[in-house]
Amino acid sequence: MEAVNLLSSNRYTEKQIGYLFISVLVNSNSELIRLINNAIKNDLASRNPTFMGLALHCIASVGSREMAEAFAGEIPKVLVAGDTMDSVKQSAALCLLRLYRTSPDLVPMGDWTSRVVHLLNDQHLGVVTAATSLITTLAQKNPEEFKTSVSLAVSRLSRIVTSASTDLQDYTYYFVPAPWLSVKLLRLLQCYPPPEDPAVRGRLTECLETILNKAQEPPKSKKVQHSNAKNAVLFEAISLIIHHDSEPNLLVRACNQLGQFLQHRETNLRYLALESMCTLASSEFSHEAVKTHIETVINALKTERDVSVRQRAVDLLYAMCDRSNAPQIVAEMLSYLETADYSIREEIVLKVAILAEKYAVDYTWYVDTILNLIRIAGDYVSEEVWYRVIQIVINRDDVQGYAAKTVFEALQAPACHENLVKVGGYILGEFGNLIAGDPRSSPLVQFNLLHSKFHLCSVPTRALLLSTYIKFVNLFPEVKATIQDVLRSDSQLRNADVELQQRAVEYLRLSTVASTDILATVLEEMPPFPERASSILAKLKKKKGPGTVTGLEDAKRERGVDVNGGPEPAPASASAASTPSPSADLLGLGATPPAPAGPPPSSGGLLVDVFSDSASAVAPLAPGSEDNFARFVCKNNGVLFENQLLQIGLKSEFRQNLGRMFIFYGNKTSTQFLNFTPTLICSDDLQSNLTLQTKPVDPTVDGGAQVQQVVNIECVSDFMEAPVLNIQFRYGGTFQNVSVQLPITLNKFFQPTEMASQDFFQRWKQLSNPQQEVQNIFKAKHPMDTEITKAKIIGFGSALLEEVDPNPANFVGAGIIHSKTTQIGCLLRLEPNLQAQMYRLTLRTSKESVSQRLCELLSEQF
Amino acid sequence: MIKAILIFNNHGKPRLSKFYQHINEDTQQQIIRETFHLVSKRDENVCNFLEGGLLIGGSDNRLIYRHYATLYFVFCVDSSESELGILDLIQVFVETLDKCFENVCELDLIFHVDKVHNILAEMVMGGMVLETNMNEIVTQIDAQNKLEKSEAGLAGAPARAVSAVKNMNLPEIPRNINIGDISIKVPNLPSFK
Repeated sequence: MEAVNLLSSNRYTEKQIGYLFISVLVNSNSELIRLINNAIKNDLASRNPTFMGLALHCIASVGSREMAEAFAGEIPKVLVAGDTMDSVKQSAALCLLRLYRTSPDLVPMGDWTSRVVHLLNDQHLGVVTAATSLITTLAQKNPEEFKTSVSLAVSRLSRIVTSASTDLQDYTYYFVPAPWLSVKLLRLLQCYPPPEDPAVRGRLTECLETILNKAQEPPKSKKVQHSNAKNAVLFEAISLIIHHDSEPNLLVRACNQLGQFLQHRETNLRYLALESMCTLASSEFSHEAVKTHIETVINALKTERDVSVRQRAVDLLYAMCDRSNAPQIVAEMLSYLETADYSIREEIVLKVAILAEKYAVDYTWYVDTILNLIRIAGDYVSEEVWYRVIQIVINRDDVQGYAAKTVFEALQAPACHENLVKVGGYILGEFGNLIAGDPRSSPLVQFNLLHSKFHLCSVPTRALLLSTYIKFVNLFPEVKATIQDVLRSDSQLRNADVELQQRAVEYLRLSTVASTDILATVLEEMPPFPERASSILAKLKKKKGPGTVTGLEDAKRERGVDVNGGPEPAPASASAASTPSPSADLLGLGATPPAPAGPPPSSGGLLVDVFSDSASAVAPLAPGSEDNFARFVCKNNGVLFENQLLQIGLKSEFRQNLGRMFIFYGNKTSTQFLNFTPTLICSDDLQSNLTLQTKPVDPTVDGGAQVQQVVNIECVSDFMEAPVLNIQFRYGGTFQNVSVQLPITLNKFFQPTEMASQDFFQRWKQLSNPQQEVQNIFKAKHPMDTEITKAKIIGFGSALLEEVDPNPANFVGAGIIHSKTTQIGCLLRLEPNLQAQMYRLTLRTSKESVSQRLCELLSEQF
Repeated sequence: MIKAILIFNNHGKPRLSKFYQHINEDTQQQIIRETFHLVSKRDENVCNFLEGGLLIGGSDNRLIYRHYATLYFVFCVDSSESELGILDLIQVFVETLDKCFENVCELDLIFHVDKVHNILAEMVMGGMVLETNMNEIVTQIDAQNKLEKSEAGLAGAPARAVSAVKNMNLPEIPRNINIGDISIKVPNLPSFK
């Protein structure tokens, strides 16, 4: 209260003490605010610059909403009034900024905005600095209104940069002309894209060049302040160059400049250089230039004494990594990991895992890397990382044997990390048979090795190992007795942990009751996981917090698909619950193992198929039926159609010009379908080119049952359309009619042909007749991932020819379409353009219509 | 924008703290402690920037600090500020203090908190840099000093402020606190046998 009285005093000292008291001690929601506001209002109106200054300071330090309400209209007037003193203008600008930050809705935009922009031309540099801060913030929110500020800022900047350092009043700081203002102006320009007006643009480029040139001049002073100020401007100029990302010349110069700083004596400069380079690496123009500094950066990682600088070095390595230098970078990061600070280990682990996966040319290398990772920093390897290894091993046939061998060897170390035991248990359980031929890793040896680790592990790992054991029972009948003994032992059957006990009991029963056939089905290899975005990336993002890496990450993320939206691997418990079968109880139990997001071998889903009488239901739930047809172009099995009543599944096989398709009709309700009649409809054109033969099915389909229909297919000649499957039936008195396109397409009669590069190009040239070639350029509908693309081309039916095209990013395929009358050779070439997210697909075949059709079909796939 | 300016000595005793966003006092104290903890364990010739602590805004924030003899000057800023620029600002701030106090030392900050706040207010306002021209700042401060001198001398204002505090109407505190007859009854415990 007394303080408020002091405010209204006419004496400067008293007023000042009052204001000081308020700005230090009063928080924004004090009851006194009203009284304070009154006093401030008087001072603002007083026209005494000192008093006005005090009042503005007070508003800026309290900055509450009530104050904003009271003064938001007032301050802009003070700011643009012609007769306001410079120092007051300065304060007013920042004060307004503060109010805008607390309550942007209360600050009215109006005619003052254009006049604020003109403050950039003010004589007094202090005013310009303050105004620039204000405009930068405002421009971020309303870029349109402040667009005119760009050209003004550029001209101001060029005046500062090119001026001799004497004519800038006292704003020359250690021989650097107005460093603060330059930095602010450069920041302001970063709110906008490169200026369109060529004159302005030229002037800006000139400025940036001058700044870069100045960096090369010998310092005018030995003082650290001089270089600091100079470099502050330089770094800001570099970030502007990176932001504009349009002048390759400047980008490369910036990169070289940063390269020099990487070896600078000043730690601060090294830190900032690493950081700026990180953003520079993501620009396509300078990526190569950044890569030339790899040795220096690696050196920094090894020798730098400051952990924050090392952290930046890791970030930069991650950003500059691509296919060409991945092995080197990953190896360096791994070796650094052994000595790394504990605080950044987990992040490095994640980064290594991501890089190893993304740039793995050779998956054996990937497996080695990850196992090394677990060995070196097992504690920091999160669950996501080892889930991912397993997903990849399962999805790729070619590394399974190698992975099994490597984990087996790794497990032989006397002390190994629990994560390694997990990976080992899982992989041996799935693929142990691939190395069982070697007497050194015979089934019994494998089992004993795993079991020797069993007692040292935590409960989840033990549970996983039990699943491995039961898988062994299937893979190696010779160790069945040993494993049954283990399962039967009291420590398992009467384990205090319910989960372990349950698994032991169930697996023991399963191994004694079930026949080998059933075992084989139940304990089949896990089906491949649907490709989806790596959960590791999500984890890294979460760790880094929003804003810092996301931009970079998005650019790097090729294996797109929404992180959370990706389909989960076969929803075992769901299907078990919905099937009313006598084994439901057992299933309920079987499916309970707490499948932790990833891939532990819960056998529940498969048990359904064993005990219920039908043996199909291949894929997980199907999404909307329109795009289903397209999905079948590159694969033969899956769910074609599904609604609340009916599910249609397909399994098909093709050889030369013949094929056979099994159609499964599943009644999803508990009521019978009556008059169930599926018909195959071929248009007249199609009929002459494609022969379909089938037998009628039973007209009643019981609730929950499934009927099967076999279609024999013969391709007489090449064809364009697809046959339609029409199904009519009665369900509870209402008539149902469903039509779907049956995915019998021309490419199903493909036979892959391997050929060498020379042959390929020779044939390619032979088919150079314009009618024989069909080309399509289209936008990528799916994320452009090399592995997926390869899989699709192989699924399409043609052979994928490696090392044929001089550009390794392109895909080349060859094959022969078989029909009863002719055989048609086909060559295809797919050129992805990652930047534009486009593909160019070229097909050359000896027949125009075939080229046309194949091109249409394949274009839909990417 | 600048989120906070902290000055503390080698033992972590805060000498000046100014927060440009509203943070309650307990958290302020924690932030100072945390910052001291982060800054004090760093070597002399490592870089002057580090990732901010958890309390003040998370990973977008940087701590930029300088160590002068017995004092740490720490600026906590977000990503919209230039790191080297802030480093220069700290230098300007210290040089200004030096000019105003003639060889500034820790004691000056303790005994002239008000002045230090005024100088800071001339440089930074509401989290944004107001003025970087040292001469300009010094002129302003001198002008203020002159005003002070012209008005009843240096001693006048503090004296009035003190008397104002003394005359404040504080709620009457009862002098004699009568506890009354409080007899605490101890339950009879069964004796051990």
